[in-house]
Amino acid sequence: MKRTFDLTVNGQRRQLSTEPDTTLLHVLRNDLGLKGTRFGCGMGLCGACFVLLDGRPAPSCDIPMWSAAGKEVTTVEGLADGDKLHPLQEAFLAEQAAQCGYCISGILVSAAALLAENPHPDERDVAAALDRNLCRCGSQGRIIRAVLRAAEGGV
Amino acid sequence: MSSLPKGLAANPRLSRWITISPDGTVTVRVGKVELGQGITTALAQIAADELDVDLGQVRMAPPTTGEGPDEGLTSGSMSVADSGAALRQVCAEVRALFVAEAAVKLGLDPDTVTVHDGVIGDATGTRTVTYGQLAAHVDLDRDADGSARPKSADELRLTGTSVPRLDLPDKIAGKPRFIQDLTLPGQLYGRVVRPPSPAATLIDVDTAAVRALPGVVSVVRDGRFLGVIAEDEDAAERAADALRAAARWRGEPTLPDEDDLPGFLRAGPVDSAVVADVGTAGDVVRRLRASYSRPYLAHASIAPSCGVAWWDGDTLRVWSHSQGIYPLRRAIAKALDLAEARITVRHLESAGCYGHNAADDAAFDAVLLARSVPGRPVHVRWSRRDELTWAPFGSAMSAEVEAGLDAAGNVADWSYQVWSQGHTSRPGYAGSPGLLSAAHLARPHELPPPVDPPPAGGGGTARNAVPGYTFPRVRVHAHRVLRAPLRSSALRTLGAFFNVFATESFLDELALAAERDPLEYRLAHLADPRARAVLEAAAELGQWHRRGAEDSVGHGIGFARYKGRGAYCAVVAEVEAVHEIRVRRLSVAVDVGRVVNPDGVRNQIEGGAVQAASWTLKERVRFDRERVTSDDWESYPILRFSEVPRVEVALLSRPDEPSVGAGEAVHGPTAAAIGNAVAHALSVRVRDLPITAERVVAALVD
Repeated sequence: MKRTFDLTVNGQRRQLSTEPDTTLLHVLRNDLGLKGTRFGCGMGLCGACFVLLDGRPAPSCDIPMWSAAGKEVTTVEGLADGDKLHPLQEAFLAEQAAQCGYCISGILVSAAALLAENPHPDERDVAAALDRNLCRCGSQGRIIRAVLRAAEGGV
Repeated sequence: MSSLPKGLAANPRLSRWITISPDGTVTVRVGKVELGQGITTALAQIAADELDVDLGQVRMAPPTTGEGPDEGLTSGSMSVADSGAALRQVCAEVRALFVAEAAVKLGLDPDTVTVHDGVIGDATGTRTVTYGQLAAHVDLDRDADGSARPKSADELRLTGTSVPRLDLPDKIAGKPRFIQDLTLPGQLYGRVVRPPSPAATLIDVDTAAVRALPGVVSVVRDGRFLGVIAEDEDAAERAADALRAAARWRGEPTLPDEDDLPGFLRAGPVDSAVVADVGTAGDVVRRLRASYSRPYLAHASIAPSCGVAWWDGDTLRVWSHSQGIYPLRRAIAKALDLAEARITVRHLESAGCYGHNAADDAAFDAVLLARSVPGRPVHVRWSRRDELTWAPFGSAMSAEVEAGLDAAGNVADWSYQVWSQGHTSRPGYAGSPGLLSAAHLARPHELPPPVDPPPAGGGGTARNAVPGYTFPRVRVHAHRVLRAPLRSSALRTLGAFFNVFATESFLDELALAAERDPLEYRLAHLADPRARAVLEAAAELGQWHRRGAEDSVGHGIGFARYKGRGAYCAVVAEVEAVHEIRVRRLSVAVDVGRVVNPDGVRNQIEGGAVQAASWTLKERVRFDRERVTSDDWESYPILRFSEVPRVEVALLSRPDEPSVGAGEAVHGPTAAAIGNAVAHALSVRVRDLPITAERVVAALVD
C-alpha cells in the first residue's frame, strides 16, 4: 500500500508516493532520476550506494522510505555547488583517483562526511572512514591521496 | 607495401575506424572497450598524435557491431599492442590522404606540408586548410594499404604523456554513464530467478500469483530459466522474490570437496599437453619438490552485471558491457538460430570486470526476457548473490614442482606440472553459445568443459608455466581438467597469477636450500637485461638491502615476464607478521616497452598490485557439495581500505621497444613476493592460497 513521504534531497523538499519498504536508493535512481548513487549489493555491505542521511554516510540500498522520511539526503550530485565541483571531486580528478569509477560516488560521500567532521585527517583516518566502501580495481592508494589533497586545499 | 597490423588486416576499410566531420571532429571507432582500464584515453592519444589534431577534437564512439571494426575481445592486456598498432596505421594513412588533398588544393609540394593541431598547410602558415574543411573531399571508404608510415618515437607529442582519463569527469561528478543507468523510452525491468545451485532441477513453480502482482508485465519460464518483467525496478524485485518463493527445486551434490581441490583437479580426467621439454639436465646433487594450490576466485565486480535488450519487428538491439560485442552477437545468433545481421550489440560501460564475468550472460538474460514483450526494451540487472555465485570463476589450480640443484646450488633441472579447469568459456567457446541461460532452457545449449586459449594467445592453464629463467633443462606439463562442476572462465591473468606464485615461491625455497640471497639467486639464472633491470629496480625501491633488519618483518621478491613475451615486472613485498599478516608495502618495477600514458600504466600497476594482494591474502570461493555459499561481501571478503598496502611504482622507460599491456603484469609477481615475504618473516612456507592467519598457523604446526 503506497504512502506519501516527505524528505529533502540535495536541498530540495520532495514529496513521494511509494511503498513504505521501497528503498531510498530505488527512489533516488528511478523516481528522482539521480543515477549517481549506484546499486552494488543491496545489503549495505559495499558502499556504492552511500548517501548522506542527516550528514552521516548511510547505505541507501538498505534504507526503506519509511525510515528516510523527514530526513535530509545528500547524494553525490548534491556535493557540487552548481557547476562548481566539490573540492573532493576536484582532488579526485587531480589524482586520477579511479579506474572504473563505479564505487566513487559512495566514496566521495563518505569522504565528504569525514572532512565535515575532521577537516585535517591523516592517512589512517581516511582509511578508517572509507573502510565500509569497497573498491575492486585497487584504487585505494590514489583515493586516500585525493582525500588528503582535498583536506589540504591543494587542488 | 608493408604488412598491416593484425586488427587492421581483418578490418582494412579506413572509414570503419575514422570519420572526420566538417566541424573538425574526429570520430574514432575501435573494437576495444573501456573497462575502467583507461584504454579509451590511450587510444585517443594515439589517434590525436598520428593525425596531429588536438585531443579535444577526438571523440571515441562506443563500440557497436556493424559500425566499428571487429577486434574480437578486450582481454589479455593486448589492447594497446593490437588496437593501438592498428589505429596508428589507420591514422597515419588518413593523415597522408588529407595531406595529399591539401597539397593539391593549396598548390604545395606534399613533402613540404605540415600538420599542426588539425591545421594542414605550408611551414609558414600562410596557406592552410583544416581537416574539417577537407572532410567532404577525402574519401575514407577505401582500404588501408600500408603506404603511410606511423611516426617514430621522437615525433610523438602525446604518447608518453599522462593525459587525464576522458571518462573520469562524468564518473566523479556522478553523471549517468554506466549501463546500469540506461533508461530507454518505454523501458521495462527484468529479473531472473536462478536455480539455488548449479545442478538444481526445477520440480514445479506456480506462476499465477506472481502474474497477478502489481506492475508485473510478464513471467517467463523456459526449462529451468525463470524470470519476470515489470513496469519498474521495485515491482520487478518484488515479483522475483515471489517467483523464487513459488519455485521448488531439487539439488544435486555435484561440487568437489572445497578442502581438497588439488585432489579433485588431479583426479581428472584431463587433457594433458607438453608445454616445454628442452635442454639437458646438469649435474644434480640434490632434489627438492613441493606442491602449491589456489582456490576458485570470483571476479567480484562491484557492479552486478546488467544487460538491455529490445526486440522490435525484425531486429534485436542489445546493450552490454561485454568484453567482445562481436563474439556476443555471434553467440546470441547461435543460441536463438537468428541471422547475425538482425542483431546489433552496443557496448556501454560498467564497473571493472577483470575478465569474463557475467556481462554476456546478463545480456542474454535480457534477450530472453525481452522476447516476451516485443517492442519494449527490457533492462536486466543481476543481484549481488547471483554475481558472486553464478558468474564464471577463475579456476582452482594445483602445481607440483621439482628441481635438481648442482653443487653450487644452481638449478640444473626443472620440472613443473599444473592442473586446472580451462580458463575460457567465453561466448562461442568450444562450438557452443557459452551463455549461462542458454544452458537452462528446455532445449538447452549445454556448457562444455572450459577450454584454454592456444599458446599463441598466451595459453590459459599453462600461461607463465614456463619459467623465465635460464635453466639447463626445463619440463612443463599442463593438465586441463575435463570436468567443470563450477563454471570457470577468464579471470585477469588466467593461469599466470598462480603459475608465477608457484614458480617464484619454489625458487625462493631453492635459494633458501642453497643458502643464497633470493635476489642474487634469480639474477644468477637470468640473462635478459630487461628482466635483470626490473629486478634490480624493484630491489632498490623496496630497500632489499634492509632485508632482515626488523623483527617480524619479512621481505620477499617475485618476478615474471607476462606470457613470456609481454611486460616485465618485479615486486618486493614488505610484510609484517605479528598477530595477522599485514602487507605494508609493495615496491614494483615494470617495463611495458614504449609507454603511451605513464599515469595510466601506474594506475593499472597500483590497482593490479592491490587486487593481487587481495587474492593472495583473503579470497576463496566457498561451497558445500551442492551450492556456492560465498554469496555476499561477508562470505567473500576482499581487501579493504585499512588493509591496503602502500604501492610504489618504478616505470622503466623503453621508448624504442614496442608497447605491451600493463593490466596483468603485476598480479603473479605480487602474490609471489607476498608469499616469500611471509616465509621470510616467519620461516614457514604457506603453499596454498590464500595466505591467511589460519593457514600460517597450520603450516607452523606441520
